[in-house]
Amino acid sequence: MELIKLIINGKEVEAPAGSTILQAAENAGIPIPRLCYDPDLSPLGACRLCVVEIEGNRLLPASCVTPVSPGMIVHTDSPAVVEARKTILELLIANHPLDCMTCDKLGACKLADYCYQYGVKESAFQGEKHSYAIDESNPFIIRDLNKCILCGACVRACEEMTGKDNLSYLHRGFHRKATTAGDVPYIDSDCVFCGQCVAVCPTGALTEKSMAGKARRWDLERVTTTCPFCGTGCNFDLAVNQGKVIGVLSNPDAPVNGRSLCVKGRFGWDFIYNEKRLKTPLIKRNGKFEEASWDEAFELIAQKFNENKAKNGPDSFAALSSARCTNEENFLVQKFTRAHLGTNNVDHCARTCHAPSVAGLANSFGSGAMTNIIAEISDEAELLFLIGINPTEAYPVVGYKMRQAARKGCKLVVCDPRRTELAAEADIWLRQKHGTDIPLLNGLMHIIIKEGLEDKKFIAERTENYEAMKALAAEYTPERVSEITGVAVEDLYRVARLYATTDKAMIFYSLGITEHICGTRNVMSIANLAMLTGHIGRPGVGVNPVRGQNNVQGACDMGALPNVYSGYQSVTDQAAREKHEKTWGVSLPDKVGLKIPEMFEAAHEGKVKAMYILGENPVLTDPNANHIKEALERLDFFVVQELFLTETAEFADVVLPAASFAECDGTFTNTERRPQRVRKAIEPLPGQANWETICQMVTRMGYPMSYNHPSEIWAEMASLSPSMAGISFERMEKESVHWPCPSNDHPGTPILHIGKFTRGLGGFQPNEHIPPGELPDADYPILLCTGRVMQHYNVTTQYSAGLASVWDREMTEVNPQEAQKLGVVTGSRMKVTSRRGEVTTTVWVTERVQPGVIWMSHHHSDTPTNELTSPFVCDIAGTGEYKVCAVKIAKA
Amino acid sequence: MLTVYQEIISPYQYLPGGIIEAYHAMQKKYGYIPEDAIAAAAQAFNMSKAQAYGVATFYSYFKVGKRGKNVIRICESAPCHIAGADQVVAALEKELGIKMGETTADGKFTLEFTECVGQCQATPVITVNSKPYGDLTAEKIPGVLAEYK
Repeated sequence: MELIKLIINGKEVEAPAGSTILQAAENAGIPIPRLCYDPDLSPLGACRLCVVEIEGNRLLPASCVTPVSPGMIVHTDSPAVVEARKTILELLIANHPLDCMTCDKLGACKLADYCYQYGVKESAFQGEKHSYAIDESNPFIIRDLNKCILCGACVRACEEMTGKDNLSYLHRGFHRKATTAGDVPYIDSDCVFCGQCVAVCPTGALTEKSMAGKARRWDLERVTTTCPFCGTGCNFDLAVNQGKVIGVLSNPDAPVNGRSLCVKGRFGWDFIYNEKRLKTPLIKRNGKFEEASWDEAFELIAQKFNENKAKNGPDSFAALSSARCTNEENFLVQKFTRAHLGTNNVDHCARTCHAPSVAGLANSFGSGAMTNIIAEISDEAELLFLIGINPTEAYPVVGYKMRQAARKGCKLVVCDPRRTELAAEADIWLRQKHGTDIPLLNGLMHIIIKEGLEDKKFIAERTENYEAMKALAAEYTPERVSEITGVAVEDLYRVARLYATTDKAMIFYSLGITEHICGTRNVMSIANLAMLTGHIGRPGVGVNPVRGQNNVQGACDMGALPNVYSGYQSVTDQAAREKHEKTWGVSLPDKVGLKIPEMFEAAHEGKVKAMYILGENPVLTDPNANHIKEALERLDFFVVQELFLTETAEFADVVLPAASFAECDGTFTNTERRPQRVRKAIEPLPGQANWETICQMVTRMGYPMSYNHPSEIWAEMASLSPSMAGISFERMEKESVHWPCPSNDHPGTPILHIGKFTRGLGGFQPNEHIPPGELPDADYPILLCTGRVMQHYNVTTQYSAGLASVWDREMTEVNPQEAQKLGVVTGSRMKVTSRRGEVTTTVWVTERVQPGVIWMSHHHSDTPTNELTSPFVCDIAGTGEYKVCAVKIAKA
Repeated sequence: MLTVYQEIISPYQYLPGGIIEAYHAMQKKYGYIPEDAIAAAAQAFNMSKAQAYGVATFYSYFKVGKRGKNVIRICESAPCHIAGADQVVAALEKELGIKMGETTADGKFTLEFTECVGQCQATPVITVNSKPYGDLTAEKIPGVLAEYK
């Protein structure tokens, strides 16, 4: 890049051509005051505070929008500049409530900082002042536009970081206002409460409601940690005052998300202080829970679990670990299940979401995780191909990045039966019928092969079983595929050609692919498409399952699965088993354990008699919930370790109180295989961290477990797991790397399968169309599809007062035609009945769904959607078919 | 209603800056810009609702939301201000029994401020339905209003 030489304050400075004076000065260690300039936003040049003097230039230009030129002589603090800045500050505060003594922003208010720096106490300018009403109508953000200096940072953040476009400038001159369409309060607008506007606001105009009056900025301790909701892996700072979390603040150094967050991450943390948090162990006596000491609880658990093992054998025990909990906690759970209780019956909720990804991609490529990383959405991709994924709601920060990429010219193809936000913004939206992904993908491959657009070299050198794939794809003619999927023939051609001919095309998918009877086959079909066109093993391509839970990647990595130890080492592999036996000093079972649905089936049959569940709520989240409840009722002894007395914990004999993410040290691994630190910000509400509870419980059972800190647990895991051997707590303090990372000096592996697949050659796995297990018929004529909404995470967010107040009930999506037939409007109550159960819900009339289809989330215990869902499971991975079942609806 | 708005908008949809022309057409038809029409315009011109509001509220000639049959606009630019626009405002408010920005209960009159209307030779100036009246005093107001009652 060409470097330009210029002189700033007498110092010779070099800056890349095209950079601004402000950037050049900043890089040279010369800070220039600024209010509207923000490195994450497009330059505006509005506040004029960054003016500088350039020799030979009559005016004082704004340095944030003036590019450097050769030989330029710049003065950033000459008398003329200082005078101009003082005048600008005086003009700004002429119409500013100077209530700094009570303003929450003081300490982080740039206006106050600059007034201090330039000695501006009051304004010489007299005149009218705004007296806008303060918008406090939402639970998260206080908007006091009397303190707004019209820098436009909030407007730009809403457009350029989130892409919600909810803010603009209304009116003109003195009346100009940065506000919503129609100048309505945030709560009545399309605001998604991501809070990016608050993060960038340089004054007290936008502040966090939770922090109001609690602490000045300089009183706060900031604890950098990882978000406990979806799998994106956002980092932020917990703002701690006097031992209490009072808010979340963006941390610009966050590797995945920068300062962007979603409503859950920024404002959902308050669940940690929900009054229903459990703080002492509970033991059920005569059908009622009674508070107990840790000692009593551990004694009972040790006695019962050991007795059960002695009487009924090791495989009569099963454990569910948790995608919500840290890697270290997961490692301990699978360790004690295997090492002490002697069974591989350990699993977690990856089973209900991405188990087909793990199984499918392992079949096709040899390892089951995102092949590429999130940053490539913005930096590399020329085409984003989304199928069965709704990122703006399920993984909002990933969704923001996709939307921004699309707006900057990256092509966007969305395959989804529902009109999601990104479907509405897509270049091409394929609205396939529910459960027709395999024929859709086969159809695209058919066209690509027919038109000779396949990557022949890649297929020849890197794959096997292509002839079988080609033969099967030949059967899926565009006309036949159009018939099955409902997608127009010409759209199939457009997408097939676009995907095949775009060099850097990334596929993203999620539960719309996996939660089907053919989930694993869906995944393998996606892998087929990527291999056919050579879209694998380099930047800006790949097959990317975005994972839904903060640590679902990590829980799998830690071996909380019935078939593998940490690092995906098979329990049937003798060398791996012997290595673990040596380290743990026990002999280990060589038989693959039970998957979740098999565990509950075994409990039904009386084969599994004792269970331990850490931080999961299968009664609310697993399909066919009534079946799960019956299974839990049949257990002899059942222990749950949880934050709250959940629907599942109600069935327990002993409940151990758990500590939240803010109360534990540890790590979460995000969807792109990146372990990141979780840091203890406050003392655990139950008195001890989860890893301590597990260690004490297991030690009482007779298997000593003793660690001084979670870093020691990680170290044990890393020493046993070659793919993570090079990652340590110490290293995570300095840098964030992606596994595989086999040694301390290995840079990590952002992109998988470069040059060679993990399994050697990539394997084409041809698949025929498998329709959903249960489709609408005369008795149950409506198709029910399920998923999550933006405001909630599967579980836990219901305990956040703020989140619960903005989205406090199930709102079932119903097409206007269907609503008219039924005589319901938005807000009406409706009964939904399947062959397995019946729930009552509230109607939301919307064209997001087609006639004949309704869509529900599973967040609310008042409307337990999973009492309706299908009993069918993916035959390979055991994942339930949440996405399709048949129901009937009636006005309630 | 939405289709009516779309019909009004459609001739301007592919013109550069066409949203302004569409708003003029809207205002010609209704005397103001209905709020729903802004949403329709946002969709037609592929911009956010907030931005479409921004355009509609930037120009003082546009009025978002209902207003009276006769729109009285008082220039608040410097020449009229110095010439005593405030007394004209006070007289209008008193005569009509409403404040600036409001509409009379019978829906006949709306009072609004405007920027310069280019009649500075005869300050202070008001316009009634775009017809200018210059060299006004408080005393002349009842006479002007009588033309429209």
